[in-house]
Amino acid sequence: MTEPEKSRPVAEPGKSRPVTTPAVPALSSAPAAAEAPLLEVAGVSKSFHVAGRRRLRALDGVDLRLERGETLGLVGESGCGKSTLARVLLLLERPDQGRVRFEGTDPFALRGKELLTWRRRVQMVFQDPFGSLNARLRAEDIIAEPWRTHRDLVPVKERGKRVAELLEMVGLRASDARRYPQEFSGGQRQRLGIARALALGPDVIVCDEPVSALDLSVQAQVLNLLTDLQARLGVSYVFISHDLSVVRHVADRVSVMYLGRIVETGPTEQVFDRPRHPYTAALMSAAPVLDVTPGARRERILLKGEVPSPLDPPSGCRFRTRCWRAQDVCAQEPPPLEPSGEEPLHAAACHFPLQEPVTVS
Amino acid sequence: MTLVETPAAIAARRTSWWRLLLRDKFACVAVVILLLVAVSAVVGPVLLGDLAVKQNLRAVNRPPFSLDDGWAFALGSDSLGRSVLARLVVASRTTLSVAIPAVLISLVVGSIWGMWAGYHRGRRESVSMRIADVILSFPSLLLAVVVLYVFSPSALNIILVLAIARIPIYLRAARAESAELQSRLFVDAARTFGAKSWAIIARHVAPTVLPTLFTVATLDFCFVMLTESSLSFLGIGIQPPDMSWGLMVAQGRQVLQSAWWIAVFPGLAIVVTTVSATVLASWARLAMDPGQRWRLTLPRSRRKEVKP
Amino acid sequence: MNPVLEVDRLAVDIRTPAGTVRAVREVSFSVRSGETLALLGESGCGKSMTAQAIVGLLDPVAHVAGGEVRLDGTDVLTLPPAQRRRLAGPGLSIVFQDALTALNPIQTVGAQLAEPFRIHERLSRRAARERAVELMERVGIPEPRARAGAYPHQFSGGMRQRLLIALAVALHPKVLLADEPTTALDVTVQAQIMELLRDLRTEQQTALILITHDLAVVAEQADHVAVMYAGGIVETGRVADVFAKPRHPYTRGLLDSVPGEVARGTNLKSIPGSPPDLHAVPSGCAFRTRCPLATDVCAEQRPPLAEAGQGRMSACHHWKELADD
Repeated sequence: MTEPEKSRPVAEPGKSRPVTTPAVPALSSAPAAAEAPLLEVAGVSKSFHVAGRRRLRALDGVDLRLERGETLGLVGESGCGKSTLARVLLLLERPDQGRVRFEGTDPFALRGKELLTWRRRVQMVFQDPFGSLNARLRAEDIIAEPWRTHRDLVPVKERGKRVAELLEMVGLRASDARRYPQEFSGGQRQRLGIARALALGPDVIVCDEPVSALDLSVQAQVLNLLTDLQARLGVSYVFISHDLSVVRHVADRVSVMYLGRIVETGPTEQVFDRPRHPYTAALMSAAPVLDVTPGARRERILLKGEVPSPLDPPSGCRFRTRCWRAQDVCAQEPPPLEPSGEEPLHAAACHFPLQEPVTVS
Repeated sequence: MTLVETPAAIAARRTSWWRLLLRDKFACVAVVILLLVAVSAVVGPVLLGDLAVKQNLRAVNRPPFSLDDGWAFALGSDSLGRSVLARLVVASRTTLSVAIPAVLISLVVGSIWGMWAGYHRGRRESVSMRIADVILSFPSLLLAVVVLYVFSPSALNIILVLAIARIPIYLRAARAESAELQSRLFVDAARTFGAKSWAIIARHVAPTVLPTLFTVATLDFCFVMLTESSLSFLGIGIQPPDMSWGLMVAQGRQVLQSAWWIAVFPGLAIVVTTVSATVLASWARLAMDPGQRWRLTLPRSRRKEVKP
Repeated sequence: MNPVLEVDRLAVDIRTPAGTVRAVREVSFSVRSGETLALLGESGCGKSMTAQAIVGLLDPVAHVAGGEVRLDGTDVLTLPPAQRRRLAGPGLSIVFQDALTALNPIQTVGAQLAEPFRIHERLSRRAARERAVELMERVGIPEPRARAGAYPHQFSGGMRQRLLIALAVALHPKVLLADEPTTALDVTVQAQIMELLRDLRTEQQTALILITHDLAVVAEQADHVAVMYAGGIVETGRVADVFAKPRHPYTRGLLDSVPGEVARGTNLKSIPGSPPDLHAVPSGCAFRTRCPLATDVCAEQRPPLAEAGQGRMSACHHWKELADD
């Protein structure tokens, strides 16, 4: 044993540690833009060309709004377009139609230095804690990597100190800086990924399934870390996940996606307690529940079949092929995303929205 | 927090490069041989330059492994009574000064081009690959013959012809790996910082691709030396009185039945040098990868079977 | 009714670069026909290794180091290979997580599903094919006759998983092991597959061993549960009892980690640290370094899996403290 065990409390981020604000002050935003939401996406569509001239419609007129300091949950099954939406938010894909506004400005119109400055404000945490870190780099190089592009952000002399601060902020030790990713466990790697996302002092962090590759006991640690960081730094999250219980725990608002469209959106409690779109209701009833008290088992809506291919989506409402309430009009007209009378923030895209919690199958 | 780390990994982290090298006997021997070749290429011609061209007609075609005519004839003599040993040492300079630049040029051009093509995909990739196909579909020896027949067979021209003929090898290997890497998440992460494509290639693509290409290059070393010998055999390679291992093989081939040593020793020199370079390259490939380095602390026979 | 499968003090060793480590230690459990037992644990706890050892499909670097696996009273581990192979299908059968790699990509699914009937029941090609189509229909594949000529990649993930289940239940196994059968699938499809597994279990009176990391799946599907940690079983019992009142601090930690009813913005209770590396399992109780109840005795003595109340067992020195809460 050459490394003496230092007296160090078990990592519990956010407790009894001086609050350190990120070294980077958020860019001064124009006062006029203060009214506008932090991030706004309107009518964004994106298709990809795949073999044989076919078009895969990954996104089809998606609307999204994110306020400062809030968490927006994005729920949907594989192939629903949530990852493509994340890539659009990070400017990794350019949408075919629609607009993206960040405090009122279009990031896709930015060039050169302005674009680089914008990049600092939206960062990403990836799903796979193994693939998203380069195994050839040490932890310190991984965290400091963004500063190689943004040279003026942190002076070279202070980088070591700043890396140590970031490591401690995410619940790792400053002495971990010299380690390689493969020497960390899955949860620790995800903390490293979060530290790298924080290195540029972003306003928005897009979390793409950040805990789905982690074990349950570690998952809770990482979720707690994300919650603590939000309280300390005031960042906003776009939290993408297929796990409804996780989304319910972290999100202020939820948007449910199905085959490239948002089918329902609203405050978390309203969407979870009173789903209005049949798909949302089915999704929620399909998720297994951890309740062993006798008689707690609910009636389950078992959907027919599987999600249709995005290469050949159904006409009208995308969900109609699996919907038990579908009628002729559903095949002809795509339903608009409309709020209900009693809950103005809670909107669903359905011709025949559910009025009360369903119990029938 | 506990760490997922095997004791072997900890040991590997604390071991210096030098210790790692000493642990691997094969790599050590390879280093010694390569140093020997390098020293003879640098100081050989100065020390033995005269001996290599001195003819001794009383001692033609002397067989090797006898010290009757002095140490200079330990590896025998050729049909003009020149010392094979001295010629071998002197020829190493010409051989290396053709082979090394030729391999380096094709390695540098091919790998940069390949990484660029693979990283960007799309049209840049397909055009590059078609160019590579064109070069490859042309027999490289024929290309060399035509070019060297038209232009003078100088060392520089030989280097250039050999280099161009071998670029596609690196281009293809680099493109394939780079195309795979550019879809990885850590490259996506770098894009979200706004890093420029060349910065990403230098930081994430090159360190992974280059070790493989180095291994390819060492194998190619052998090919280049042999091609050079074929050119010499056709009379458009290295011109006498300059000498190279390839030229010596070519010259000795005519008397292979009566005096085998004249061709075999330079041939052996080519093979031994190449094998040493390959062994060292594969060692370096492991040593440069932090995730694989611990394998070097294991006995050779166990390196492949175990999972990290 | 006697248990159909009894696993008794099973141990599995793995050879690794740093020496041999024990991946499964002293694992004992039993399961009855028509019942579901869940093996619950996080990645690396040895639950999949246990399943592979039972069906005899261990990786070459791993081998059984001790214990017995009794199917109807006979120890299958000591059977000669030929006899053991005959058990695969009618005796023990397994459904894997990754349906794409578990099916042969260059053979039609009809041919693959007909194979068990041709081998074990020596049916003719045509008769076996007929049985394969019936099987496909049973597991809910639409237009089974037409789809029998298709290749695995032409099916969606959920359909592939159905095919794999069909293959596993073709010969009405006495014991069916399902290794994370729904982990790779979407939630709505997951529910369909679990429904199918449960129906088949009841229909064929199979004993189902469900290997999973998902607490909610266990709560809904299983009758009994065995919770594994660092290669050993730490708690067993009826699911309703164990989940309502866990008697091992690890089980309780897992249950507390589920983001269920906890209010948003508040911290979840989590277990500190991460599961131990097999090379460095703590002395005594493997869980003690993460355990809130750990005392000196935990470092010295490895707690045995012992009776902890009616029909339950716990491997904890302090289970009574949990029971009194």
